[in-house]
Amino acid sequence: MKRTIFLWLFVGLVGFVLLPWHMTDRGFTSFDWMRDDAPSTGLMLVMQGGFWWLLAPLLAGLAAAAIQLKIQTPVQRSKLTLWAAAAGLFLTALQGLVIVRAGPRLFETFLTGETVMGGQPGFGIGAGVVVIALLFVLTNALSQTGKGQGDAFVVSMIGLIIALVAVFVFYPVSHILVRAFEVQGGYSLTEFFPRFFDSDLWGLGCVIGSRSCGTAINSLFLATLTGAGTTLLGLSFALIFTRTDFRAKKVLRVLTIIPIITPPFVIGLALILLFGRNGTITELAADLFGMEKTRWLYGFWGVYFAQLLSFTPIAFLVLIGVVQGVSPSMEEASQTLDADRWQTFRYVSLPLMRPGLANAFLLGFIESLADFGNPLVLGGNFGVLSTEIYFAIVGSVADPAKAAILAIALLTLTLSAFLIQRSWVGKKSYATITGKADSGQNAALSPLVRTACYATALPWAALTFVVYSMIVFGSFVKLWGYDHTFTFAHYVRAFGMDFSNGWRFSGVAWDSYFTTLTISTIAAPLTALVGLSTAYLLVRQKFVGKDAFEFSTMLSFAIPGTVIGVSYIMAFNFPPIELTGTSIILIIVFVFRNMPVGVRGGIAAMSQLDNSLDEASITLGANSFTTVRRVILPLMGPAILAALTYSFVRAITSVSAVIFLVSAKHNMATSFIVGRVENGEFGIAIAYSAVLIITMLAAILLLQLLIGTRRLRRTDRVQQPA
Amino acid sequence: MKRTNVISAAILMATSAMASAALADELNVVCSAEQDWCDLMVAAFEAENPDTDVLMVRKSTGETLAQVRAEAGNPKIDVWWGGTGDPHLIAAEEGLTQPSGVSTDELLGWARNMSDISEARTVGIYAGALGIAYNSEILDEKGIAPPACWADLADPRFAGEIQVANPNSSGTAYTELATFVQLFGEDEAFTRLAAVGANVNSYTKSGSAPSKAAARGETGVSIGFMHDMVKLAASGFPLEIVAPCEGTGYEVGAVSIIEGARNFEGAQAWVEFALRADVQSRAPEVQSFQVPSNSNAEVAPESPDLASIKLIDYDFATYGSSETRARLLARWDEEVGDPNPQE
Repeated sequence: MKRTIFLWLFVGLVGFVLLPWHMTDRGFTSFDWMRDDAPSTGLMLVMQGGFWWLLAPLLAGLAAAAIQLKIQTPVQRSKLTLWAAAAGLFLTALQGLVIVRAGPRLFETFLTGETVMGGQPGFGIGAGVVVIALLFVLTNALSQTGKGQGDAFVVSMIGLIIALVAVFVFYPVSHILVRAFEVQGGYSLTEFFPRFFDSDLWGLGCVIGSRSCGTAINSLFLATLTGAGTTLLGLSFALIFTRTDFRAKKVLRVLTIIPIITPPFVIGLALILLFGRNGTITELAADLFGMEKTRWLYGFWGVYFAQLLSFTPIAFLVLIGVVQGVSPSMEEASQTLDADRWQTFRYVSLPLMRPGLANAFLLGFIESLADFGNPLVLGGNFGVLSTEIYFAIVGSVADPAKAAILAIALLTLTLSAFLIQRSWVGKKSYATITGKADSGQNAALSPLVRTACYATALPWAALTFVVYSMIVFGSFVKLWGYDHTFTFAHYVRAFGMDFSNGWRFSGVAWDSYFTTLTISTIAAPLTALVGLSTAYLLVRQKFVGKDAFEFSTMLSFAIPGTVIGVSYIMAFNFPPIELTGTSIILIIVFVFRNMPVGVRGGIAAMSQLDNSLDEASITLGANSFTTVRRVILPLMGPAILAALTYSFVRAITSVSAVIFLVSAKHNMATSFIVGRVENGEFGIAIAYSAVLIITMLAAILLLQLLIGTRRLRRTDRVQQPA
Repeated sequence: MKRTNVISAAILMATSAMASAALADELNVVCSAEQDWCDLMVAAFEAENPDTDVLMVRKSTGETLAQVRAEAGNPKIDVWWGGTGDPHLIAAEEGLTQPSGVSTDELLGWARNMSDISEARTVGIYAGALGIAYNSEILDEKGIAPPACWADLADPRFAGEIQVANPNSSGTAYTELATFVQLFGEDEAFTRLAAVGANVNSYTKSGSAPSKAAARGETGVSIGFMHDMVKLAASGFPLEIVAPCEGTGYEVGAVSIIEGARNFEGAQAWVEFALRADVQSRAPEVQSFQVPSNSNAEVAPESPDLASIKLIDYDFATYGSSETRARLLARWDEEVGDPNPQE
């Protein structure tokens, strides 16, 4: 233990003495900071630059070292070290927040002098290393005081994740939420409540009167139905995959993946071309059955339809692992006790899938609330919170206070859904993967359930197939929906290559394509790592404030992208953390926005793993790190795959958060596509989307090959109906 | 001793060489016009100024304004080119942009007007008139006579066929609202808007959405900017464009330099470049049919001829101000658009 603390103190010292404390203009890797005459490392800044306030972290580190060496009583030693590290962190953060580029923000009378007024740039790599070192000294000391069963690895992980969530979720989001309480020249609570409970938000006109409902009620209604619908569809697919002998499973698998890898707006556009007033299917129905051509697609039903198409795959990704995990032994036991296949499904399998169902519903619900593309294209007069928030920020009358209030309404809905989900899952054990020998076969579905699964899943699959055929078709014709002359022009414009003068990427889309791929490839593993670590802590460890911790990890997912985007600019455009215009800010926004999917999937999968597996490993002398690596991770295959896939894909397809954060150097594919769609150039937008879809499909298949399938039992068999 | 000198001299030379290599100016441009036009401008500017590396990103005016506001004090953008003038005027009003000091002598009256009311913080680069578009196939099929005036839109024959944006979210629709007020007087304007509203099938969020819907036959008639409609018609959709007989309003696209821009000289060069006649004459190459602001620039034959359209004397100073805007929008919510419309 003592060794670990000294190791981190040493790392911190290296960061302080050798690395540049502040952000360097050219970036760290150019090593300009080494050649410059100006002081750059923390130590040099204190000694030569007059940045006396940077002494705080150094003193804290030295104090911690002295305490470790001098004090003999273990409890007192760790407590004092804890305080020293905490003080160091606090002072480092404080100096960063107070002394910024244009002089101090607070304590103007107290902090004077030339260097203080000159201010300082944002934190650089040196500051980062020092902060992390101090954080780990803190957590190690904390674990020595007996917290977290004295497990330094667990406590350090909790500390790190809390710190990351605080800095990259709470800190930016607070910038915008505080606006909800803003009135002319101050803050007020009394102004907030009437605005929050306004009938524009919560009106029940559609239930009791002839007017329509408030936007929050609309959102709630839509999200509930979407959550329920996607969970049902996802479950049908998962059951077909694991419990039937359906022939075309491979085709089905691809169809269930494609919608999440579809860039925004594309599904909405395809639906308009199929079901709009002038759409292909509408025309067909009008010709064949004399049905009137209506605009039914524009409104609640259109949005619901599009959301079902878009979000079912997420439910499927969560559920497939869970449905696979339900142990055949339980089902066999049930059948031995003379239950029929329906009873076994209803009273044994289904209850065991509860965590999966609950998490799938929650994800569908939240996705629907935060979805912005589909309501924008298909919403018509049906107003939902996410689009209202977007236009409160970028509309012709910008009203950040209104945006903040709407965002709080949205968060209220999410929090309620989260709490209901928690109480429904309850405290029961859902562990079915126990490590004990079970070589049984999964019960086949009863005819009724099987028919129901086919009846819900197959039409959906057919529709998906039609929609995507349309999209591919659209990329090869001159003017989608009007002039169907075959052409390659869109692909050539977007992805042309010029061979005349050596080999050159001349297409207009290449730049954003490469940026997008690079950033998503970096973001995906990080997202999976953070998400699954969090899931591990939540399922396997007990600590104070766990529920609040769990909810806080959901926060960034529940807040609409627009709000996240603007709050990231507000928070990270200025020192101490100045990230706008870099690719780092894009990676961070992806990691923290998509992490909840890793968390939910991880929780669902991990609740199935029996604690006795961990205990056996610990009893055999492994520590918790080894247990995670050798026992839990190999059993988490599907969850890891889901987290990786999802975060990779979301980084490529998300739009609303990204639109504020892209810069000329780091432009993303979606912002390129949206620009083209706004401009009415559907051909090139769709051609680009088609290329992205193929890229992502290839990446997903590659991931599946790399991770492989987990072997839970010797064979996965489905009982043959007798 | 000697050796250290040599080494330090070498280091000095190396660093200065690196510094000069990196001296090529970076100019950060946000472009709110169509992507192709943005690309054309960047390529043309870089061809003339090989030392400047133009970093351009395209964002809509609303998004740009939100970003400029959030970045105030430490902006990452130097110059904001293109997009409807209202957000540029708001940015000027809030002190987010700064005077460019570029001569406006060659410009037409409406472009200089922008500069006058914003204390030279923003300058007009193009104009686009507001108009009506209809899908000729749909109207033929339904046997509806095409509209010629704003007044026609209130006729019951267009029931459920008109689409227009919501002025709360769209600058295009706000221009329409302000145009009605200037044409007919405030009270009369709201009566007429409400009468048109009875025929509207939905108030979209985005200003260009109605014309796109009309192009694809999702709605029969749309209200929007004529240059957008011309572009859709030019790409093959059966869209006919009408300049309303009572007269119509227009938007002025603008260019502004952000307050605190890191590369002010570059930004200034960009504004000068953007106002030149030969540069503005190139817009039709990329299917942009707005009317250029430089009096010597060539106007494309496809562009709506502003001389033949009855243009009102649009009062940007009054109707661009936040105060008038808030009042008119509140009244619009009250009398025309129900914020919670019936399904």
